[in-house]
Amino acid sequence: MSATAPALKIREPSYINVAYTAKSWLLTTDHKRIGLLYMVAITVFFFLGGLAATVMRMELLTPQGDLVLPETYNKLFTAHGTIMVFFFLIPSIPATLGNFLVPIMIGARDMAFPRLNLASWYIFMFGALFAIIALITGGVDTGWTFYTPYSTTYSTSSVIPMAIGILIAGFSSIFTGLNIIITVHKMRAPGMTWFRLPLFIWSMYATSLIMVLATPVLAMTLLLVAVERIFHVGIFDPALGGDPLLFQHLFWFYSHPAVYIMILPGMAVISELVTCFSRKPIFGYKFVAFSSIAIAVFSFLVWGHHMFVSGQSIYASLIFSILSFAVAIPSAIKVFNWTATLYKGTIAWDTPMLYALGFIGLFTIGGLTGLFLATLPVDVHVTDTYFIVAHFHYIMVGGAVLGYLGGIHFWWPKITGRMYPEWWGKVSAITIFLGFNLTFFPQFIVGYQGMPRRYYAYAPEYQVLNVMSTAGASILAIGYILPLIYLIWSMREGPIASDNPWGATGLEWQIESPPPTENFAEIPVVTAEPYQYHSDGTFTPQTSKSIREVRQEGHSG
Amino acid sequence: MSQTTPEPVAENHTSTKIYYQIFAALLILLALTVGVSYVDLGAFNEVIALAIAAAKALLVILFFMHMRSSSRLTWLFAAAGFVWLGILIALTMSDYVSRGWMGR
Amino acid sequence: MAELHSIMATPVAHHFEDAEQQHEANTLGMWTFLATEVLFFGALFAAFYIYRASYASTFKETSRHLYMSIGAVNTVVLLTSSLTVALAVHAGEHRQRRRMVRFMLATLVLGLLFLGFKGVEYFLDYREHLVPAFNFAWEGDNPGQAQLFFIFYFIMTLVHGLHMIIGIGVIIYLAVRARRGHYDQDPTAIELFGLYWHFVDIVWIFLFPTLYLLKQ
Repeated sequence: MSATAPALKIREPSYINVAYTAKSWLLTTDHKRIGLLYMVAITVFFFLGGLAATVMRMELLTPQGDLVLPETYNKLFTAHGTIMVFFFLIPSIPATLGNFLVPIMIGARDMAFPRLNLASWYIFMFGALFAIIALITGGVDTGWTFYTPYSTTYSTSSVIPMAIGILIAGFSSIFTGLNIIITVHKMRAPGMTWFRLPLFIWSMYATSLIMVLATPVLAMTLLLVAVERIFHVGIFDPALGGDPLLFQHLFWFYSHPAVYIMILPGMAVISELVTCFSRKPIFGYKFVAFSSIAIAVFSFLVWGHHMFVSGQSIYASLIFSILSFAVAIPSAIKVFNWTATLYKGTIAWDTPMLYALGFIGLFTIGGLTGLFLATLPVDVHVTDTYFIVAHFHYIMVGGAVLGYLGGIHFWWPKITGRMYPEWWGKVSAITIFLGFNLTFFPQFIVGYQGMPRRYYAYAPEYQVLNVMSTAGASILAIGYILPLIYLIWSMREGPIASDNPWGATGLEWQIESPPPTENFAEIPVVTAEPYQYHSDGTFTPQTSKSIREVRQEGHSG
Repeated sequence: MSQTTPEPVAENHTSTKIYYQIFAALLILLALTVGVSYVDLGAFNEVIALAIAAAKALLVILFFMHMRSSSRLTWLFAAAGFVWLGILIALTMSDYVSRGWMGR
Repeated sequence: MAELHSIMATPVAHHFEDAEQQHEANTLGMWTFLATEVLFFGALFAAFYIYRASYASTFKETSRHLYMSIGAVNTVVLLTSSLTVALAVHAGEHRQRRRMVRFMLATLVLGLLFLGFKGVEYFLDYREHLVPAFNFAWEGDNPGQAQLFFIFYFIMTLVHGLHMIIGIGVIIYLAVRARRGHYDQDPTAIELFGLYWHFVDIVWIFLFPTLYLLKQ
């Protein structure tokens, strides 16, 4: 273990112990507390969305529709999709771990705009309120994509409150992104150059770019849908001169990059975990860093691959197909570099690492099947089948959710000052991995055989695979509930964590667990590149001194 | 931000002159764009109208919004919005422009 | 008392190292916000121009029904308000409180004037049965396409007007505080407002030819 830095630490109450009232939480401008506010909110939504999925998987146990009405089933998959995408995955890592870690990792006391940060949580909750109103008033049956003209003209469900809820929540996402961008640009500690930034920061920055540049288009699109629905005018209605494909263009201009809002933060976490638990520097730091930016930029150029069978011009489809292959390159760079980092590393099999390895495997499957879908003729064959469902769940769950859980476990000692129970952690990580694969791998097969998505009943020959999938889902559910229980338990009963239990190099590990409100007693000076894990088991932290100490040495020396 | 007492009148006279000049230029461009709209130039009407609008926007950004004296980073941020709007328009248009080609 | 004074007089928030860092973060934050606004309005413009390309002849016809004179006068009003905002920011930078407040009030009046003219124009549009969903009636060909134009006309100008109303609310707040001397030390807030107001002006600079000048 290398030397820690006493000057950076202050003996004062942690950000948790500084005050206990509800007001001190609800009016806080501390980025760490705001991160936890988000965490509570999205955990509720995660289990709400999971509940909808549970009922769906139960319905799909048998070919005929026997548990719920077809209309109810439509509302279930819409509730599952909208909640999981807009109220769990989009805010998941950026608003929780991002909020908590970005200022600390770069050596700042807070985000650039702390009040805006709190406001964005309230905006999120306000949007969530509308979403809940939509669910209570009967739900929405359009699917999370709100395709016109069904959403604007024919659906009789609560489209408007849901659209408004997502629109409002979108602004929270914009403000979080804005805050992260400005924080990274302007709040870095002395010595924290761009190429000394942890890769978590690079990915978070890339994610924020997408949030800031794509979300406003979604907001405007949903506004147009709401106007068309409220006033019965034809913005996207072909009968009145409108073009429903225009809706799809605008929608996917946001929603394809949004996929990368969900996966880039997962990659952010994995880059940290892989190097720490292989005790090796990251392989090809600059490649991993720039691939995040490349993914953010490319993500805006490929949205048309969602529209191959929509009646979009075939020439446009060709362009989008080629560009979609291009986005695989930076993603592959990341996977190669993580693998190269593992090579000859001293692997420690702690829970976060299990999630990281699970991520790499599942993301690779999800990414490679993405190439199938970028291929125009193959996509035509599998459009709107379970192949698509399986593909994006490998990215969204196998990637984003595993990344989130890995990150939660890794930084749990920093966030709470307590360790989670390692044995239970491993059990749940393995349970999730097995349950996930049993749930979704059969869906690749059943989808390739032609089973369409979004139906409450199906042909009998698909039953075996669907039973497997439902069985997997119940294992997966146990895997999700376990961490909820033991993490809550560990907040009071877990063993006290040291300041740097993993022997990691980042700035966040050189201060107390849990950190004080101001993070650093004095602003640190960053003296080292990230991820300096040496082959003899030691490491060099990114900082060991504060500004004051450096100045004093300068004067005396 | 200097502590010395400025001489308000003289200083204002010189340093706000540019704002009035830009304002005059904006009004001239406005008159021009209205005038051109009465002349039939075919497709060029629209091109000219948008070009004049872009010129006006550029004047506002450069002088009123002080982009002229801003850092390169600010330039980058201001440009990003327009570049991304360009992506949205260009790739969406790639569909609309080529939709009719197949039947030919 | 000394502590209170230090809180009041020090414009640097606890998490910033110095005023310069804070100022840069604030202006860059506003530019980032404006980039999102470019895409917010940009989606509308993109949609409009796609329909405009498909229905060129109808849109020319509909454009003739708008009051170009009111639109042009409003452009002058907004451009003038941009000038007054620029002068208010300039006054703020030179620590001239009274001059700054005067130009802010001028901006406020011009903003209200714009909204007044816009209201009159909406009323005239209503009288001519041009408001979709309320009283739209179209004598010419392709009523569906014509209605599409007016839907976009109203959404675009209303979203722009909403930005004006927000701006007016903010400038009232800022002017009241500026009079009390809140921005004598640090006029960044006025500067940020100026950026926002100029942006709203730029949106109108594009809206005017886009909607009103398609006659030929």
